[in-house]
Amino acid sequence: MVHATIADSKKLDQWCNHLIPDLDPPSGMLAAFQASARSQLSSIPAPHRQLEDWRFCDLSPLANLKPQQIRAVRQSAAPYPDTDVTRLFLGDQKDLKQQKLPQGLSFCSDEDIQAHFNDVVKHHGVSEHWPVALNQAIAPDVIGLRVNGMVQKPLEIICDAGSAEGVLAIRVLLILEENAELELLHVHLSSGANLSSAVVEAKLATNSTLHYGFLAFGSDESALINHLASEQERSSTLSVVTASSGWGVLRNEPLAVQCRGDAHTQFRALQFVRNHQLADTHSSVRFNGPNGTLDQLHKTVADGSGRSVFNGVVQVPRAAQQTNAGQLSRSLLMSDKARIDTKPELEIVADDVKCTHGATVSRIQEDQLFYLQSRGIGAEQSAQLLLRAFCDEILSELPAVAEAWSPLERVLDLPRATNEQHQSSPVQ
Amino acid sequence: MIQDDAPIIIEIKGLHAKVEDQPILNGVNLTIREGEIHALMGRNGSGKSTLSKILAGHPAYSVTSGSVRYRGEDLLCLEPEERSRSGVFLSFQYPIEIPGVSNLEFLRVSSNSRRVAEGKEELDTFEFEDFVKEKLNVVQMSPAFLERSVNEGFSGGEKKRNEILQMALLDPKIAILDETDSGLDIDALRIVSSGVNQLANAENATLLITHYQRLLDLIIPDYVHVMAAGKILRTGGKELALELEKSGYEWVDQVIANSTSEVVGQN
Repeated sequence: MVHATIADSKKLDQWCNHLIPDLDPPSGMLAAFQASARSQLSSIPAPHRQLEDWRFCDLSPLANLKPQQIRAVRQSAAPYPDTDVTRLFLGDQKDLKQQKLPQGLSFCSDEDIQAHFNDVVKHHGVSEHWPVALNQAIAPDVIGLRVNGMVQKPLEIICDAGSAEGVLAIRVLLILEENAELELLHVHLSSGANLSSAVVEAKLATNSTLHYGFLAFGSDESALINHLASEQERSSTLSVVTASSGWGVLRNEPLAVQCRGDAHTQFRALQFVRNHQLADTHSSVRFNGPNGTLDQLHKTVADGSGRSVFNGVVQVPRAAQQTNAGQLSRSLLMSDKARIDTKPELEIVADDVKCTHGATVSRIQEDQLFYLQSRGIGAEQSAQLLLRAFCDEILSELPAVAEAWSPLERVLDLPRATNEQHQSSPVQ
Repeated sequence: MIQDDAPIIIEIKGLHAKVEDQPILNGVNLTIREGEIHALMGRNGSGKSTLSKILAGHPAYSVTSGSVRYRGEDLLCLEPEERSRSGVFLSFQYPIEIPGVSNLEFLRVSSNSRRVAEGKEELDTFEFEDFVKEKLNVVQMSPAFLERSVNEGFSGGEKKRNEILQMALLDPKIAILDETDSGLDIDALRIVSSGVNQLANAENATLLITHYQRLLDLIIPDYVHVMAAGKILRTGGKELALELEKSGYEWVDQVIANSTSEVVGQN
């Protein structure tokens, strides 16, 4: 488990070789992509720990999963928020298309998808990146959404891998036109021995705004590999707020490119590991023009024998003068057996920029703990208060609809309000 | 207010303590009764703050010998939160900032933990808001401070007022105020002192740790103790503080030198 060797990577390759023939033959709009990705996958070796980008991320446990495709389940005890929300359950594409969308939001036409699918992935040069290739090979369809103008109602995309054994892949394409504005909450759940693969492409045209909340809650048996490829035109704002916990293996790869600079990117993340869980975030932001900004805060809590990894790439080439990029990684170590690896990776060529980075790893502050105790609050409750405060800094920036999912309780693995259970049945 | 037959709140006997193998207290004796206000003075490093932290249960200090009885019971075996619930209050010299924890929520949880220990009903969110708003008047604090994180971004004076607000909410049997006057401007000093005076009564007691007479002009002590080298060297009335203000601490060196030579002589 600790040292994944190339032999383990071979096991994952073999696992792919078992999986591919078991898939439905390529069909639908993505047929050509599926076919080429499937043949490609046999020549791209699965990640192993000799590769710098996977040094701390051992995917070998995936080889123990059943090499068969599964579909999302539509129940997921989805709690209803107080506010109005458009809710899409991924899984049944036909059903999905029946859904009435609010003004400003529409499903992409087939032509639209033909014209834009995979563009961002290509621009990022990640077509042959294993997680993306795996997704291309498996994902049976794509959910394409076009945003035109300001969408008043928040959108929820819910995907629940459920307890089935196997692999689930979803693919999403978001196209935000000029001046478009969308608040999106992507919820990804799993409760069984399965792998979820998600690839989301997002294109943000001039002056558009995407507030993207991502809630990912799994179980010790489940794995998630999430890849967000986004590109931003001038004056656009991309804000991605992620909260994850519970996955046996989680790899999260948020990528943003500011095509001409002059845009704003905000990354916020809270990843919580406990037991023997592994969570690895590899983020990347590239400024291809001047005057861009980045505001990134990545937080980690590592408990039990959990392991957390953060690697944050920021690329500021010569063309990106006047870039203002700030990256901060803050980690809370809750146990002696937990482990945290955090690394900023700034590549700065431009000479007139402001780029900051910082990383802290600490335990719960003794002086804060004593202060609370000296006011009559028990040691355990004091530690809980401080832990909640640490998490809340990120969770409070999620889209408001996220509240109904009790993100704090899920992150901390606490009992959740009972209304969730009551609400689960009507959805079915 | 001195009454010789008033019940004893706290009785410290021969207290020795160290931090990281460094002895700091070398035999402190101090008895405080209901209704009394004591001032503890002395140079920096004489052990005043250490004594206050030990009474509150700070984990960095360890008691090597001696005893502290609080209302007849052993205080030192209690956890910090148990001491607070039973009525021991320490106002911090440097109150701690806790980002992300709402001041109002913190005050409510804290106040309720003391109430439960006293056999009173817990206050719900609404009841507590009424209760805290009444207590805000004691320190002339704006309700806006309740909405912020605990002490985060508070000025020095605001932090100290927040401490006295907590004291007002917790209604302690003994309040130990560690340099509550440091970092206060004249107005804030007056407000904080007035708060302390309002809260002092015949059934509780106050231990003021301070360097300056200006605080003792506003809160009149019944006893003044001078601490040096980890013990109380001299005890007097409020006039002792005035004497210190005039003549400083040089006499302390003399006393310590004499006591050391006595010890040497005895050997």
